[in-house]
Amino acid sequence: MSFSVTEPSNRQKWISGALVIGYAIITLLPLFWIVATGFKSSPDSIAYPPKVIFEPTVEGYVNLFTTQTRLSQDAISEPRKNLSWYEQLVREKGNTIVGPSRFSERFFNSVIIGFGSTFFAILLGTISAYAFSRFRIPLKDDLLFFILSTRMMPPIAVAIPIFLMFRHLGLNDTHAGMILLYTAVNLSLAVWLINGFIDEIPIEYEEAALIDGYTRFQAFYKVVLPQAATGIASTAIFCLIFAWNEYAFAVLLTSGTAQTAPPFIPTIIGVAGQDWPAVAAGATLFLLPVMIFTIILRKHLLRGITFGAVRK
Amino acid sequence: MAQIRIENLCKEFGSFTAVESSTFTIEDGEFFMLLGPSGCGKTTTLRMMAGLELPTSGEIYIDSEEVGMKRASERDIAFVFQMFALYPHMNVGKNMSYPLISQGMSRKQAKEKVLEVARILGIEDILNKPIGGLSGGDRQRVALGRAIVREPKAFFMDEPLGALDAEFREHMAEELRALHDRMGATTVYVTHDQLEAMQMGDKIVVMNHGVVEQFGVPQEIYDWPATRFVAQFIGSPSMSFLNFEATINKGDSVFDLGEYEVKIPKMLEEATGKLSLGVRPEHIHFSDRSAYRGETIAVEYLGTTQIVTIRTPHGVIKARASSDTPIASGENVGLEFDARTLSIFHEETGRALQSEANAGVLNRV
Repeated sequence: MSFSVTEPSNRQKWISGALVIGYAIITLLPLFWIVATGFKSSPDSIAYPPKVIFEPTVEGYVNLFTTQTRLSQDAISEPRKNLSWYEQLVREKGNTIVGPSRFSERFFNSVIIGFGSTFFAILLGTISAYAFSRFRIPLKDDLLFFILSTRMMPPIAVAIPIFLMFRHLGLNDTHAGMILLYTAVNLSLAVWLINGFIDEIPIEYEEAALIDGYTRFQAFYKVVLPQAATGIASTAIFCLIFAWNEYAFAVLLTSGTAQTAPPFIPTIIGVAGQDWPAVAAGATLFLLPVMIFTIILRKHLLRGITFGAVRK
Repeated sequence: MAQIRIENLCKEFGSFTAVESSTFTIEDGEFFMLLGPSGCGKTTTLRMMAGLELPTSGEIYIDSEEVGMKRASERDIAFVFQMFALYPHMNVGKNMSYPLISQGMSRKQAKEKVLEVARILGIEDILNKPIGGLSGGDRQRVALGRAIVREPKAFFMDEPLGALDAEFREHMAEELRALHDRMGATTVYVTHDQLEAMQMGDKIVVMNHGVVEQFGVPQEIYDWPATRFVAQFIGSPSMSFLNFEATINKGDSVFDLGEYEVKIPKMLEEATGKLSLGVRPEHIHFSDRSAYRGETIAVEYLGTTQIVTIRTPHGVIKARASSDTPIASGENVGLEFDARTLSIFHEETGRALQSEANAGVLNRV
């Protein structure tokens, strides 16, 4: 029998495999439940014992995207033709569609504010990180620490002052206001992370570019940026996840035009009784953009986390 | 191709002086070595010549044009970095054509030029490969190729062989030197390896603590070091020193080392006090007739020669002897010094005293 220090034994492989699967079940089960609930009918969603096997329906999604009202007895008995499939579906429950719901609007707000603030945090973060990494700046360490210190309290601790400021500046419930706020919160993270990534890039690359005939900005743009792409992408994911999921400020500072999806989804419950399938449908759709964004950038994310760990 | 002239060049970083008033001239087509221990200011000097660092004071002339405050890109020079600094996100061909395209050459022309240079370096078959998979030697060739394609006025190289392993370094050194001989471009080369400097350089500048200690062709520097530092830095094993106190007068060609009389080149300078006699290992001979004696304390066998460490009344010295000479450790041996090649140094200033033998070399600085 031979032993190896680096190669795990079969038993070790089994144990670690089982642990990974167990952990995956624990984390994925709620997710599965939310997705499943979105396709249940209202009675199925609250059935006890809970139903794992059920007849799928898109009722929840239809309810999510529409505003409905109850039909009178007369109206129900009155036959209607040329109804689309979703109107039919609603009518079977004794309701009728009176217009679209606000969900798509709120969802779109989330997209604008989430991606907008991520864009600005990355843009400003990359430029400042480059300056911190490459130039002799007086009090550099103190400035970097100051930037980090904005992270040392929970952002919500300053909610009231921010609310008052925003009200004064007319930024309450505006897209610009929310983008500004999320950018400010994310910027310290972006500067610190990207600064680390740029520090890892040997300065010789830029010097070679300077000698080859490029200006400082061209060297930054054509040589540093492509190499920092990995780090910038993983930083972007972190920023987007924060902005996308942020709830407390969104509840406090938005109510109408700029309201994002997180504070909106719980309000679906109250619209037509306890419509859990609609809430679950909203939550499922809400998960998708970050998931897609992360999947697109996942290669970078993995490399970004281990970046600089091994000297090449 | 260009002559490069450095005049009173200084560089300070805050209160630290990296380069102190350096002056030297690099002739057109020369392979010029900037040699010194780490932290001596040789790289800073090179970076100032390249435009990556701005001088605190002094002038840099490339082809009699003052470029001290000009941008690196305006100096028409190429730089080869120690870590090669090849752009990792581009393949070999793109790396080499990059400087051409940045200067506005058409892609087609650049491609032809790159192919031509790749042929010279023998790397035309790896032009489409990514940088990541290349060996150290190929990376080095690509880095050279990127410098050559531009046909710059001068090449600046910062320890370009430092990242290669010893065996390959020698091979690349020969290749570099051959390449230089073929192209005849002015090349400035920074190294801390004195062997490399002697092997490749037409001329050497030896720097220490930001000061130019000596400037000349390798043989002059080896034979007639201007300072004790140079004497110790160059040569392996380095020059040995016999410390003594004496008075030396102008015109002396003999002095007393203890009871022993040592013949030296005719002195053109006088000195008193603590002095040291510098002698190269190969200029020490064993002779039973000699009155000057020492005890061998170690023998290192190096193949064709052996290095013998000897304790003398004036300090420990090292001699190089043919391997055929039977010498054992612990022997009492008589020593003779080759009179023509001896130098005497001031202990305090480290400077070599001028003699008839070295005056020609020392006065040129």
